[in-house]
Amino acid sequence: MQNAPPVIEFRDISRIYGTGAAEVRALDGVSFKVSRGEFIAIMGPSGSGKSTAMNVIGCLDTPTSGEYLFDGVNVANLTRDQRALIRRDFIGFVFQGFNLLARTPAIENVELPLIYKGVPRAARRRQAMEALARVGLADWAAHDPSELSGGQQQRVAIARALVGNPEVILADEPTGNLDQTRSNEIMKLLEGLNHDGMTIVMVTHETDMAAYAPRHIMMVDGKVVRDGVPEPGAGVS
Amino acid sequence: MIGETFGLAAQAIARNALRSFLTTLGIVIGVAAVIALVTLGQGSSDEVTGELEKLGTDILMVRPGVSGMGPSGPGSRGLSAEPFTIADADAIESDLVSIAAAAPYGTQPVTAILGSETISTQVAGTDNRYFDVVDWPVVLGRGFTNAEETVGQSVCILGETVRKDLFGGADPVGQKIRLGSLSCEVIGVLEEKGAGSFGMDQDSVVLIPMRTMQKRILGNRDVSMIYAGLAEGFTTAQGLADIEDLMRDRRRITEDEEDDFYAMDMAQIASMLSGITGVLTGLLSAVAAVSLLVGGIGIMNIMLVSVTERTREIGIRLAVGATAGQVMMQFLVEAVMLSLLGGVVGIGLGLVIAAVTAFNMAIPFAPNASVVIGAFLFSALVGVVFGYFPARRAARLDPIEALRHQ
Repeated sequence: MQNAPPVIEFRDISRIYGTGAAEVRALDGVSFKVSRGEFIAIMGPSGSGKSTAMNVIGCLDTPTSGEYLFDGVNVANLTRDQRALIRRDFIGFVFQGFNLLARTPAIENVELPLIYKGVPRAARRRQAMEALARVGLADWAAHDPSELSGGQQQRVAIARALVGNPEVILADEPTGNLDQTRSNEIMKLLEGLNHDGMTIVMVTHETDMAAYAPRHIMMVDGKVVRDGVPEPGAGVS
Repeated sequence: MIGETFGLAAQAIARNALRSFLTTLGIVIGVAAVIALVTLGQGSSDEVTGELEKLGTDILMVRPGVSGMGPSGPGSRGLSAEPFTIADADAIESDLVSIAAAAPYGTQPVTAILGSETISTQVAGTDNRYFDVVDWPVVLGRGFTNAEETVGQSVCILGETVRKDLFGGADPVGQKIRLGSLSCEVIGVLEEKGAGSFGMDQDSVVLIPMRTMQKRILGNRDVSMIYAGLAEGFTTAQGLADIEDLMRDRRRITEDEEDDFYAMDMAQIASMLSGITGVLTGLLSAVAAVSLLVGGIGIMNIMLVSVTERTREIGIRLAVGATAGQVMMQFLVEAVMLSLLGGVVGIGLGLVIAAVTAFNMAIPFAPNASVVIGAFLFSALVGVVFGYFPARRAARLDPIEALRHQ
């Protein structure tokens, strides 16, 4: 390994909701590192804490205890607006429900992160078109999400995630709302991005989707129970 | 970024065009009311001031009774005090150096008849000095002769409205008309004055000599009012003080008694009238302010609905890196744009209402730039004040919760 710190480093992170008897330990002493260029799948049954882990990685949530270093920066010490800047400049999100702006053309959805970055209009349009071309939707730029299929909507979302050239793409159940064929298309797309050097962290409970990722982090009850290359035949609920 | 924020706000407003329109209605009505009222108030007070200026600022009015704006002529509260006589007017003119001329004046409603034409108008008794004092020349025919004034001859001078209504295009001079039971010969026509304050037509009048008025119409020797013109180089205050001294003396009012007459200059009358207009404008503006407040609450309400509806959108924006300030600005700009829209429409509507009403009331249309700018800025302020709370709520949303929102 080089001297550069890992993109993501969890050090003994806990995320606790509620207090006393109602206390829920969504994350309970989780530690792992993700290096630049990795493609990992965080797996586990529902309630295992994988979504909470995703929210913490995406700087949408902060750990109750432990240290989260993003590119060497301790996120726990950042203000709300500083975390917004980390998301804006270094993280691209892909959600299960696509989360595109309704009644807004694909191109404008893709431009959204660039608006908050303050990229001038012409450059914004060009970068967004490049991102759309990369996911194979250059001809659909002017279409609203309601005119696109689920698979196309998710590809627009991926274009939006990668348009700002982030350090990491976080994908939360990216194929959860898609059929088998579309799911495989999306996974191949993510795989391609990873081959081009993009770091990808994906949460999923589907083994066949997780199979696209070389490294699996398996979670149960807020703890990491296994971290590494998947065992052949290892299945999750 | 600023361009995008405004574009986004305009888009959000346009998407819910009907809702946006209904929301801004309160602001529209409030601003329109303020603009219309202030513009009309300004117009009517301009009108009053203009009329009085036309009469001349150096004109003093003396009436029996106590001070106040009663209706003129018989029946006013001036009657409770002893009326003036023609001799009082003569004395004011001849005894006081501060007064150049003084004319007696008394008026009464009358029906003027020529053949089958019948109109309602005012008959006023006065004398030749009146034309000079109030600067109202006879433009056709002639004024009264001294002899006509002294003996109380049945001659009359017509106001323009009376001339037009009775004679149309024909020459009235030398013709006879009837004023109630009095038959009199037309000897002249007054210059046209145009519409007066509050729709009063000053040209609807027939002047006859004061003595004719007393003998043939009033049946007494009373003079209900005296117009006095200031001599050059004297102030109104001097003129008023001199008249008061003289009249107290002539009416034998002792040191410890109050005046039973009053003298005013046109500035006092003007301020009295515009005072009334000002109170009315103030009261109605208070109603308008309440309407603006209600309008503002309407905007706050619809912005809160909008924030709730767009929770997921806000979540997406936060996730892709919008700061709280950027989200807040988006909704604040939308609220300000809504209320400014209402303000601009309200300003337009108010000006149209004021223009139409001013035309109908025959008063000047006096739009005031500072009032228009004030209304514009105030509606922006309403947007900021009532948009702040919903915008802050949007900015404080938790992105995880917001993204989960259905």
